[in-house]
Amino acid sequence: MSEAPPATAESLMPDAQERARLRRVRRLKDRFSRWGVASAGLAVVGALGLIFFYLFSEVAPLLKDADVEPTQNYSIARTGVTAPTRHLVLERYEQLGASVTEAGEVQFFAADSGEPLTDFTVQGPDGAGFSALGVSTPIEALVAFGYDAGQVVLTQLSYQLSYPNDTRKITPELLYPLGREPIALDERGQPLTVLAVQATARGHVLAAATQDKRLLLGSYTSRENLMTGEVTSTGRVFELPPLPNGAEARFIQIDRTASHLVVADDQARLHLYAVSTPAEARLTESVPTERGQVTAMTYLVGTGSLAIGTDSGSVSQWLLVRDEKNVYHVQPVRDFDALAGSVTTITPEYARRGFLVGDDQGNLGIYHGTAARTLLTQQVDNAALSHLAISPINGKMLMLNSRDEVQVADVWNEHPEISFSSLWQKVWYEGRAEPEYVWQASSGGDEFESKMSLVPLSLGTLKAALFAMLFAIPLGIMGALYTAYFMTPKMRGLVKPTIEIMEALPTVILGFLAGLWLAPFLENHLPAIFSILIFMPLMMVAAGFAWSRLPQVVRSHIPEGWEAAILIPPILLTGWVCIALSPQVEVWFFDGSMRQWFTDNGINYDQRNALVVGIAMGFAVIPTIFSIAEDAVFNVPRHLTQGSLALGATRWQTVMGVVLPTASPGIFSAVMMGFGRAVGETMIVLMATGNSPVVNFNIFEGMRTLSANIAVELPETAVDSTHFRVLFLAALVLLALTFIVNTCAEIIRQRLRKRYSNL
Amino acid sequence: MKDWFKSGAPWIWLNGGAVALCIVMVVGLLGLIAIRGFGHFWPADVLQTTIIDKNGNEHRILGEEVRSEVIPSAVARDGGYQVPDDVELVTRYLIKQGNRDVSARDFNWYLETGMGEWEYPADAMVIERREWGNFYGFPLELKENGETLVTTSSPEFWQELSERVERSVELHHEINHIEKVDIGRINHSLERIRLERRRLQLQGADSATMAEAEAQFAERRAELDAQYQQVKAERDALYEQLERDALVARVASGTQVTIALHNIVRVTRPNDMGVFAKLGQYLERFWEFLTDEPREANTEGGIFPAIFGTVTMVMVMSIIVTPFGVLAAIYLREYAKQGPVLRLIRISVYNLAGVPSIVYGVFGLGFFVYFLGGSIDELFYPESLPAPTFGTPGLFWASLTLALLTLPVVIVSTEEGLSRIPTTIRQGSLALGATKAETLWKVVVPLATPAMMTGLILAIARAAGEVAPLMLVGVVKLAPSLPIDGNYPYLHLDQKIMHLGFHIYDVGFQSPNVEAARPLVYATALTLVLLIIVLNLTAIRIRNSLREKYRSASD
Repeated sequence: MSEAPPATAESLMPDAQERARLRRVRRLKDRFSRWGVASAGLAVVGALGLIFFYLFSEVAPLLKDADVEPTQNYSIARTGVTAPTRHLVLERYEQLGASVTEAGEVQFFAADSGEPLTDFTVQGPDGAGFSALGVSTPIEALVAFGYDAGQVVLTQLSYQLSYPNDTRKITPELLYPLGREPIALDERGQPLTVLAVQATARGHVLAAATQDKRLLLGSYTSRENLMTGEVTSTGRVFELPPLPNGAEARFIQIDRTASHLVVADDQARLHLYAVSTPAEARLTESVPTERGQVTAMTYLVGTGSLAIGTDSGSVSQWLLVRDEKNVYHVQPVRDFDALAGSVTTITPEYARRGFLVGDDQGNLGIYHGTAARTLLTQQVDNAALSHLAISPINGKMLMLNSRDEVQVADVWNEHPEISFSSLWQKVWYEGRAEPEYVWQASSGGDEFESKMSLVPLSLGTLKAALFAMLFAIPLGIMGALYTAYFMTPKMRGLVKPTIEIMEALPTVILGFLAGLWLAPFLENHLPAIFSILIFMPLMMVAAGFAWSRLPQVVRSHIPEGWEAAILIPPILLTGWVCIALSPQVEVWFFDGSMRQWFTDNGINYDQRNALVVGIAMGFAVIPTIFSIAEDAVFNVPRHLTQGSLALGATRWQTVMGVVLPTASPGIFSAVMMGFGRAVGETMIVLMATGNSPVVNFNIFEGMRTLSANIAVELPETAVDSTHFRVLFLAALVLLALTFIVNTCAEIIRQRLRKRYSNL
Repeated sequence: MKDWFKSGAPWIWLNGGAVALCIVMVVGLLGLIAIRGFGHFWPADVLQTTIIDKNGNEHRILGEEVRSEVIPSAVARDGGYQVPDDVELVTRYLIKQGNRDVSARDFNWYLETGMGEWEYPADAMVIERREWGNFYGFPLELKENGETLVTTSSPEFWQELSERVERSVELHHEINHIEKVDIGRINHSLERIRLERRRLQLQGADSATMAEAEAQFAERRAELDAQYQQVKAERDALYEQLERDALVARVASGTQVTIALHNIVRVTRPNDMGVFAKLGQYLERFWEFLTDEPREANTEGGIFPAIFGTVTMVMVMSIIVTPFGVLAAIYLREYAKQGPVLRLIRISVYNLAGVPSIVYGVFGLGFFVYFLGGSIDELFYPESLPAPTFGTPGLFWASLTLALLTLPVVIVSTEEGLSRIPTTIRQGSLALGATKAETLWKVVVPLATPAMMTGLILAIARAAGEVAPLMLVGVVKLAPSLPIDGNYPYLHLDQKIMHLGFHIYDVGFQSPNVEAARPLVYATALTLVLLIIVLNLTAIRIRNSLREKYRSASD
């Protein structure tokens, strides 16, 4: 470009053609650059936007209701059963269905086609006729056959898996947990009209009503002979107090601890028996359903609550609630959208608090208990639905109607546990005395009721942010005011980089110091914190006053604007004295230990608590607030402050009267930015709190925040499970919250900048 | 005095106090980390004394003083200690006694009441071991193949001991090298043969090709097997040599302990060392900390894999973030049509810098790892399925997530740099007939390079300190191997890595013996803080000089 032209006369300028070519090339390059940069730029902007959309797309399925798509249709006769079906089952791999009939047939068939596969026949006692069927929760898959001479045969449906030639083969089995020999449940030999069965930790429990309106409870244990494989059972039968008013039992359900027996009678009432010691069994409560005659009743998984359907089509969930006197009550907690006809059957899901309900007009309802959610009500048939079966993975169902037709349907019902109420409102969980906010998303067993209330986490987030802001706002804003307005430029040149370093400190280091150094330190020096809080400001003012009384000669060595530097020795001294005196203070005022004193006075004290988080996270937030506020104050136009000073105001009056009002939007946006940072901070909270999701604002207790919760739980969740998506929802909530807060702050800041330029 | 209050001076002092307090906190925190971190490597003296336990029995103890604190005697009495009634405050000392294999606890608090005189016996030795942590005690004799070689009475004892320890450390190194490098290479080759075979099967190769390939594979495998046998024999021979020596020592309570020499990393007698000897020890330990691999569930040894992982990850991230960040900034500043839409976009991009980092982690896990990674596996690595290659957290996804996280930082900084370039310079270029692209790439961008550098350095500093998202997308507590090694393809983007920040979290909060891990955590924190401070100060320097430069240019 800058080379001097050679001395020869010949022009170096290319000829016209060449020049045109060069121009074309240059234009091409120009265009290429324009499009290249634009596409890269837009790609980046798009990628950042993608975060929003992706998180949303992961969360969206939570809101979707259930979907049922009928696929096949065949007559139940095709499966090879000869007698009326009393129970219908679909196994985990959704290949085999099973139908249990009055004739003692247990017929396995191909779920999709109805092709008969394997059948078993249960041998009842000689000459006795079938009279009742009892079914346990789906996990145990117990089926009890009751006969009209008071005997019972207990069976269990089971499946053996094998992989010949790398393909899965399911072999159904029928087991006899109490042996093949019928058990005499009723010694008087009366027909059993209703039968219930459940597996407990100690064996099996059977409950039945007889034709002469007696209630029986039998608990059995079995032993297998190792040599012959023969199973023998021993058990005792107890007679329970009869139902009042001569009522007749329609449905009986017994729970897995064998301590609560619920009976629905023919007078629209529910009766609760306490049977934990069967010999002293008593009727503790009789309550009217207030929803009509009970026509279907079943325990949901975990047997902590009952789903009840009535002849008016109402569907409700009832809980066993313990009161202060340790007495249980059966209590309705949720009503769901009613079905049009009268309820005929209820089937619980395998591992969730969901259940399926059919009515006599062919309507199907899918519900979830904890979430109080009606996921589907749909007419699937013209005839009454008599039996429903859902697979343990909730992907397929079988429906049998009163015309003995089986309908196979695909089900989409991935996330019934989530509803607005289960996330954000108090929920009455099983085994709790009252509705509560609880976050306890996972546990070992299949029967665990996941409790996914975001309230404790959101409150924890706010609690952490609040205490951090309490610590950071005064220090950040006051520091910013001083640095921007009073400090000498020389010191400012030192302070600003220091604060920037403070901002850059990795939060994992702050968290680790908070958890491993600060938390035990505070626990041992609690009085020091409070005395520092009181004496530090006093000391600063006192030091200032003392300085103003010093002779002019001394003062002139250090000009105005170095107050902060002068204060460093007094601050160190105060801190040291407070800490050194802390054990003495404990001895003088708190009987030797302030922590103990707190506990004695009813205040819980955790070592890793909100105070520790407040200080550590405040430390992380101070620089954010400081930098933005300092910027706002520093950019207040000089002529404003100079005008104020010229009119005779003191420096402080100028600050309060002119600087602060002008810069207040900037300071406000600084606080908002700081809040945004505190809300999303993860490592400090993770390391400096106990991460227990409590709902309170006690400064001496910990909390669990949304962000820490994600960090703890996300790596251990199954992909695309409800829990996984709820954690994504938590992330989306965090994103939306910080984004809104930051955008507001940014807009305020831009307005302010415009205002400054107009002044 | 009233006037003084009226003038508002107390408020000014209070405001000044706030700044001073912040400075004190920052300096104090850095000082705390520095003292604890640097102090870790200093060979502390070993003290011997007697204590009286809760039951009134006297014990002889040997160990290092870790720290002491003053507690109200009520607390001590609650703990079951006998404290005279007239004493209100007592001091207690935390003593590191080591010897985890002899006594269950290696760190114990002892009250000053009933404590005997502190002595520093010259022959008290500290042994750093590969297992069971430190050993504190007195040497008795050195054994070779079970026969006593020398006892402490012999003047050559220490000479002999240090020579033999050196030999066993050397052997240990050789074995380690064989296991990591040679056997690692053989395993890697075997795995590749398996994958190649599987790929052929998946591609549906006909039986002729398959048979041919099988023969080839068998040949290669046989060769590798032979190599393995040879290497293994070598290693076994070394192991045998390693078993030769053992040291018999006595702990403070009198029990005799035999320590195999291959379990020993270092033997020192701190009480017998001068300042310079200690300094030498100090540097040696410091160097070892930076370059060695962790031992004992990360609570001892070095942090080299963590440093290496952090650096690799940050480098991959820089390679991704720089071009995209710069191009996006150029687009926003130079090409995009200025207007309300652009303002909105710009605010959004700036705000993304304030979005919690864990959100990026969640996005990275869901989108990058499971969605993109899963798709990549299906398309390009079907042979190793169902074991995921990229469909699992790893180096590349960690880097990509961090790149996304730091993108706003680079964009903001570059944009600021571009906006600082005086319009006169631009217009000058355009007036000379340069096209927009030429002006941009030949004039504006070179001038803005320092701003981009600043942005990149800030991005690196932020990335190096970030932990929360990395926990989700590829950082683990103990990676089996480094992400760069001598096996094809040399840089293993799919591998999980170790990271300084995560190391701090993991060792400090997940390790079973927090007290033993504490000094190491401080030292790790110090390393990380130093790295980040250096990066930040560089960025600040560049930015300040840049401002000065253009202030004069635009005048």
